[in-house]
Amino acid sequence: MTTVETREPFVGRRLRRKEDARLVRGAGWFVPDRKLPGMLHAAILRSPFAHARIERLDVSGALACEGVVAAFTGSDLAGRVGRFQESARKEVTPQLLEAIDGTVKPTPFPVLADEVALWVGAPVAVVVASDRYAAEDALEAIEASYEPLEPVAGPEAALRDGAPVLHPELGDNVAARFRVGSGDVEAAFASAPRTLRRRFAFGRHSANSMETRSVQASYDEGRGELTVWLTNARPHLIRTHVSEMLGLPLESVRVVVPDMGGSFGTGVYSEDALIPFLAMELRRPVRWVEDRQENLAITRHARDQVHDLELAYDDDGRILALRDRFLVDVGAYNAYAITVSYNAAAHLRGQYAIDCFSIEGLNVLTTKAPVSPVRGAGRPEAVFALDRALDLVAADCGLDPADVRRRNMIPAEEIPRPMGMPYRDGAEMVYDSGDFPAQLEQALEAFDYDGWREQQTLWRAQGRRVGIGISSYVEGSGFGPHEGAVVRLDPAGNVRVVTGAKPHGQGLETTLAQICADELGVDVERVTVASGDTGLIQYGIGTFASRSAVTAGSAVGIAARRLREKVLAVAGVLLDADPDELDLAGDEVVVRGEARAVSLAEVAHAAAPGPRNRLPAGMEPGLEAQYYFQPPTVTFASGTHLAAVEVDEETGFVEVLRYLTVDDCGRMLNPMVVEGQIQGGVAHGIGTALYEESLYDEDCQLLSGTYMDYLLPSAVEVPPIEVGHQQCLSELNPFGIKGCGEGGAVSPPAAIANAVADAFRPERVELNRVPIRPEAVLEAVRAARARDQEEGGAR
Amino acid sequence: MRVNGEERRGVAQPRVTLADFLRDELGLTGTHLGCEHGVCGACTILVDGRSARSCLMLAVQAEGHELTTVEGLAPADGPLHPIQEAFSAKHGLQCGFCTPGFLMSVHELLAEVPDPDEAEIRRRLSGNICRCTGYHNIVESVRYAAELLRGAGAAV
Repeated sequence: MTTVETREPFVGRRLRRKEDARLVRGAGWFVPDRKLPGMLHAAILRSPFAHARIERLDVSGALACEGVVAAFTGSDLAGRVGRFQESARKEVTPQLLEAIDGTVKPTPFPVLADEVALWVGAPVAVVVASDRYAAEDALEAIEASYEPLEPVAGPEAALRDGAPVLHPELGDNVAARFRVGSGDVEAAFASAPRTLRRRFAFGRHSANSMETRSVQASYDEGRGELTVWLTNARPHLIRTHVSEMLGLPLESVRVVVPDMGGSFGTGVYSEDALIPFLAMELRRPVRWVEDRQENLAITRHARDQVHDLELAYDDDGRILALRDRFLVDVGAYNAYAITVSYNAAAHLRGQYAIDCFSIEGLNVLTTKAPVSPVRGAGRPEAVFALDRALDLVAADCGLDPADVRRRNMIPAEEIPRPMGMPYRDGAEMVYDSGDFPAQLEQALEAFDYDGWREQQTLWRAQGRRVGIGISSYVEGSGFGPHEGAVVRLDPAGNVRVVTGAKPHGQGLETTLAQICADELGVDVERVTVASGDTGLIQYGIGTFASRSAVTAGSAVGIAARRLREKVLAVAGVLLDADPDELDLAGDEVVVRGEARAVSLAEVAHAAAPGPRNRLPAGMEPGLEAQYYFQPPTVTFASGTHLAAVEVDEETGFVEVLRYLTVDDCGRMLNPMVVEGQIQGGVAHGIGTALYEESLYDEDCQLLSGTYMDYLLPSAVEVPPIEVGHQQCLSELNPFGIKGCGEGGAVSPPAAIANAVADAFRPERVELNRVPIRPEAVLEAVRAARARDQEEGGAR
Repeated sequence: MRVNGEERRGVAQPRVTLADFLRDELGLTGTHLGCEHGVCGACTILVDGRSARSCLMLAVQAEGHELTTVEGLAPADGPLHPIQEAFSAKHGLQCGFCTPGFLMSVHELLAEVPDPDEAEIRRRLSGNICRCTGYHNIVESVRYAAELLRGAGAAV
């Protein structure tokens, strides 16, 4: 008799990652690791001006350089390569726009600037040569002359009367706007016992994946087929763009994304179509690898928001109404419609019960690099504004910051709770699951909040400036519209999963295998996961918006279930048994409680297409199942963060002493991976809070062009990160999953800013802009003293 | 030059960086380039046992020296080096791009300090940037690697 061990599920275990085996040996495959025969190398000339008319570009000098094969300018490409049409704009439905009183204007962008360059780093010409050294040398031989135009250095300048209109066809510099709200906000403010109004500013930074972008392309002239290898977590989207822009049938373009050295955001870039164009034009493979200076100037810039936030509240610190108007500096092109700004609006109220609200968001065009969604995508900015404001409410009402949160938090019994506005996907926005008060208490207890408050008082008496900050967030995760999976079983019992979600460090090769193994009933060691290749699966969305575990995970699980049913049905025919009495056990199917069994090889043979198949009537041949999961809408993950910092009063330097999080990402597929995501996100957020800024001067010249100027946190700046969990399962997918990729990065700016301000609580020092550089701390302390003197004088 | 214990020869233009030479001429693509200006540490290798940024060295400067890259830590068909083993066991890597540089820095650290404390680990790794892990599990990995290496030493 064959016994089937009842096995502990693989989901939920801290399994070591499958991808590690190759990565720790340096045997991963990143795009620039594999050369193609006869490959050429491209280098790109970029605008040195933020806003300039291109008067003349003469590439003849470059063409005369040794090793140079070709050079192109924007005018050479006119009529041959289309413009990037923002896909995000197409995702915004007319119904949503109507519901949010919204406008989104198109700003398609050219692959090479054709008349006007709109930011420092805008691509204006490309040189192709035998190697990268020769290509970069030849850039210097291009004669370029520009007529500098007036730069537009920020959203307020862009909105001023008489400001240069960067895209004249739009009429003004507002690329998108919308308004959401509910309740009589005017009346609430008019009658509220207390109100406050502050400006909260969130600096611009960039994603800084450790691998820069690269694009490699090869064109098979005989077959008319183009293959593009690139560093982008959305291969199917790139395939669509490339096919449209180069006029190739979709099925003649294959986009392959091998290992990626991080991403932390999404984006389409000129090079994604330019390099394929060059490969087609020159009939030779072409490679372009972004260098770090280019990356810092042009790639995945983000944030850059200014919120004018008002709260109306009572003497007990209960919020009665919220009003916010915010501007997003989207740079030269609005490539992501209202993705980020609407996220900010949707997540602004976070875990708090604020039903009377009015939020207006504007995407404003300036002469800076276009921004894109980066880890958190609008949420860190919103959470920063509201959580800072809550601390000001606490101070005004004489409350502890934890108490003001307790008083305003949505009670667990109100979940699921509609939030009085649509989500970005057009569905009604509903907090579907979660227990925010319990999460706060769990975090406070794990931190020993009361103990630290007592200790803080003692330290304060000793002259030590230690502060504690709290922040919480919600995150709509698992954004649609779909993700698919194909699960295949070979005769030896090995399982292959194919999905359109492309991981860039999240460990999906492991976590998806865990789901598949459980649902199919095989050992996880037998499962491999392939992704990042449009040739493998027809549709795919990709990895961003904390969506892959939710969407691809659900697709894999359901496809695996269907495959299991199929395997058992075929085995049932062979064994003359009811499929319900069968189990998969290693490489055979057994009848439960009996000695009878059939090998998977026999099942595979019986399921193969052909006249001798022994499939149940009506069943498609092949041991394969495919499923596209289409989530009804997002599912809400959440988290609470606590930070303790010490501030050096002399220098303004901030040291993060402690950092603790409690997150709810539903069912954890692999807690080790979840914790890694949270800890990495927190480090990212600490960089945002204290160090990182893509800084422009008043002429929009970039001041942060190298890692000597753009400061990423190292192991010395980031403390150990304590992670706790809640698991409130989602009911919007079959496995209860919620996303966890971004949450870690959402709250640190708010928690740390609150902690720094808290270190100076008696002096009522305010820090309402990130990053908080030492000079900003010193300035804030000076401002508080000046205010106190003024108030003292007035008395 | 000797690379990972083998004599390797190649011709390089004087301006070609050691990193490009390793990757493009010798095919050792485990050494990654993250910034090419000596800050991120992804391209860290060992030159005569000392950590060095291969993006800031010219290939010609390495002539006659002994180099170790990530490919030299463990034989391709053999078990992982204890440091590699520790990074996988403790989830000290996510995307894996910065990992080879970290492994080489840790190799140098543990050769000099077999039992470093947390502050020492963090200080010695401050020349390597990781955007994925938040360093927490990298520190754990280094502690575990130190344990494994000390155990291995005791066994010998």
